[in-house]
Amino acid sequence: MAIDYFYPEYEVARNNDRCITCRVCERQCANNVHSYVEQLNKMTSNDANCVNCQRCVSLCPTKALKIVKSDNTFKLNNNWNQKTMKEVFLQAENSGVLLSSMGNPEPYPIYFDKILLNASQVTNPSIDPLREPMETRMFLGSTVHKIERDKKGNLINNLTPHLKLALPIMFSAMSYGSISYNAHESLARAAEELGTYYNTGEGGLHEDFYKYSKNTIVQVASGRFGVHKDYLNTAAAIEIKMGQGAKPGIGGHLPGTKIVGDVSRTRMAPEGCDAISPAPHHDIYSIEDLRQLVFSLKEATDYKKPIIVKIAAVHNVAAIASGIARSGADIIAIDGFRGGTGAAPTRIRDNVGIPIELALASVDARLRNEGIRDNVSLVVGGSIRSSSDVFKAIALGADSVYIGTAALLALGCHLCRSCHGGKCNWGIATQVPELVKRLNPNIGYKRLVNLLEAWNHEIMEMMGGMGINSIESLRGNRLMLRGVGLNEKELEILGIKHAGE
Amino acid sequence: MLKEGQVRIPSGCAISGMFSKSGKTFNGEDIINSIEIMHDRSNGLGGGFAAYGIYPEYKDFYAFHVFYDNTESKKECEKYLEECFDVVCLSEIPTRKVPGISDAPLIWRYFMVPLPSKLESMELDEREYVVRTVFHVNTNISGAYVFSSGKNMGSFKAVGFPEDVGRFYKLEEYNGYCFTAHGRYPTNTPGWWGGAHPFALLDYSVVHNGEISSYDANRRAIEMYGYKCTLQTDTEVITYIIDYLHRKMGLTYEEIASVVAAPFWQIIDNMPKKERETHEYLRNMFSSQLITGPFSILVGFEGGMMALNDRLKLRSMVVGEKDDMVYVASEESAIRRIQPNLDKVWAPSGGEPVIVTLNGGNS
Repeated sequence: MAIDYFYPEYEVARNNDRCITCRVCERQCANNVHSYVEQLNKMTSNDANCVNCQRCVSLCPTKALKIVKSDNTFKLNNNWNQKTMKEVFLQAENSGVLLSSMGNPEPYPIYFDKILLNASQVTNPSIDPLREPMETRMFLGSTVHKIERDKKGNLINNLTPHLKLALPIMFSAMSYGSISYNAHESLARAAEELGTYYNTGEGGLHEDFYKYSKNTIVQVASGRFGVHKDYLNTAAAIEIKMGQGAKPGIGGHLPGTKIVGDVSRTRMAPEGCDAISPAPHHDIYSIEDLRQLVFSLKEATDYKKPIIVKIAAVHNVAAIASGIARSGADIIAIDGFRGGTGAAPTRIRDNVGIPIELALASVDARLRNEGIRDNVSLVVGGSIRSSSDVFKAIALGADSVYIGTAALLALGCHLCRSCHGGKCNWGIATQVPELVKRLNPNIGYKRLVNLLEAWNHEIMEMMGGMGINSIESLRGNRLMLRGVGLNEKELEILGIKHAGE
Repeated sequence: MLKEGQVRIPSGCAISGMFSKSGKTFNGEDIINSIEIMHDRSNGLGGGFAAYGIYPEYKDFYAFHVFYDNTESKKECEKYLEECFDVVCLSEIPTRKVPGISDAPLIWRYFMVPLPSKLESMELDEREYVVRTVFHVNTNISGAYVFSSGKNMGSFKAVGFPEDVGRFYKLEEYNGYCFTAHGRYPTNTPGWWGGAHPFALLDYSVVHNGEISSYDANRRAIEMYGYKCTLQTDTEVITYIIDYLHRKMGLTYEEIASVVAAPFWQIIDNMPKKERETHEYLRNMFSSQLITGPFSILVGFEGGMMALNDRLKLRSMVVGEKDDMVYVASEESAIRRIQPNLDKVWAPSGGEPVIVTLNGGNS
């Protein structure tokens, strides 16, 4: 037998005094961690299979379970840490590209956590959102100022198509295939109830969900999966996916095992056949090509839909955004390097791209310097973790944000980062019917609504505290931000002052 | 210590304004008396006035009022002005010694028209040309600051209490159909005359009481359209927004009020269709020109005046009327002091503009 180089990273700690051998854990674990030993009338565990998704912990009726970090350790080494060594062992054994899911977990700086907000004291009043109107409605689209009047002198509405958001938060692209039918239904219904939008991702739009189309953004990605005329015309907006924060520069790969039934039909891809999205769009090798796709989509939809271009935050993001702002696109979505994914090569996820805070600040400044900020709205994601992240992003210059990971957390995800295994015990990142049905959309959508309503309430409180009663007066209002523990260069890029200044 | 423009200084204030709808002229005595009674709303660190209709003999010429730190800056600025304009008259602005006003810069006045050849070669609208020369002086000529640049109007300001400033400038010797006044309570000691209010560009002048919370959003947006916020004051950015929306975009003052102090969505959503669409259009199109936080402003312009409060009315502002006269002030006392017998007195609601024009003319 081959030597097993690995000791399980996490261990199941079972309190046998509490355990009633109800075997819920066994039934709930798609990874076969738990099993029942009849002779002893005891549960036992195979820790090696555990991904620490916390499903069994959450469902154990007697709270007999904990998942704990193993204290087994290789000889400590500051250069060769446990993770690095483990990856070498893995690749020596299997010779493959390491795969990971969800966002970059490595200890890079989180700029949102080094930015503080202002509040009113004495010289102007704070505003109580419980007593006064506090507005978070936001429009997304181009607003190039040009006034036209009819013969009577009345203003003519010459605005290009816009998205109208009741609150400045949307659900970011997650494809049907990478996540389940029930997850999509939860997102779609939540978007409808909240007056915002969810995004189909690149896997097409399931026929059952056309009824939510007023709140749906459809995506056109390099694989063009599920793209057809009705798909484009039913949507509120169309997003061209040029890149994703978790894996800039590379495409996507949905394994054939997930291309089954409805997923296959919705994607317009053969069952069981891997769905490969190429790294680039093969009709876009340069900015002028992007312009052609933007206008192809506008032609196909009679100029009635705003077009979003989504890019990953990379080093040259400001120049790229400047090109996109002149391409006819109405909205630019920027995805930071912490953004989530259903599967990405670990090296790419953990080493490519830049923080969204810096990307946003430099894009917003660049577009303003060039006088083209009104050409487009800016949407940022990857990763927005709380209402204060939303708030800081808007004050840095975003019109709205995308959330993905936070939405999945609301649905039960515990960030075990094993989506690529396809055996999500929470029924989110899986197509296994028995697992999918664990996610009840009636509960799921409500949890999403709860989350965003709570965030919106917090946003209103923070706005009121600084005497702002409409979200557009927060947008780009960098004087409301101060940095703590940031160096001169970081402050310069963020365009903010240091605390105390 | 950082000067105004190098640091953002919030301030509280008093404002007052008076306007004759029939165009009858009166001198600056009353406006001084009016602002004086609100003495405690200022702290002696800035006061000023804007007066309209005061230069009838030069009504077709741009009247530049300029502060100079020294004769070198004056020399440099005048050289530049002569390259751009035909200067028909220049003189020191008359002042008198007043206790409480000290460290005066050199204060000069120029009546001029743009040189036609220069104007033609730059292919600019005359007013845009004037604006650019103002920005050039204020940003590039050290020690020179143009603080008034309209036709048949002028701004007069200084560091001091407003009533002292008015007497310093001998405002009783000027006759106009409209005067506005400002007393400033900055939370710092800038000690620089340019930082006092009103803030004026072309014939637009703004006196303002408040501290807007949308400042940096407004500033960063307006700077995209070629304006430079050199003072970092609310009044400066409000003036530019009004200039932009009125002169460059061609919005009416009613429409401007709907942009800067937009009705709340809950009001707009319940308006009749046409009105609702107009407001939704304006709020969407000009979302970065929405101003939040407390303000009461008096906007002076050629032939008119607009009084406007923020959408929540977080600053006091009262309007009074007597015959053809319209009075606006932070406090009713400031109106009663100069006109005890008013036909009508009221406090406009938040976001409700009061616009008065000469003989009911267009705004």
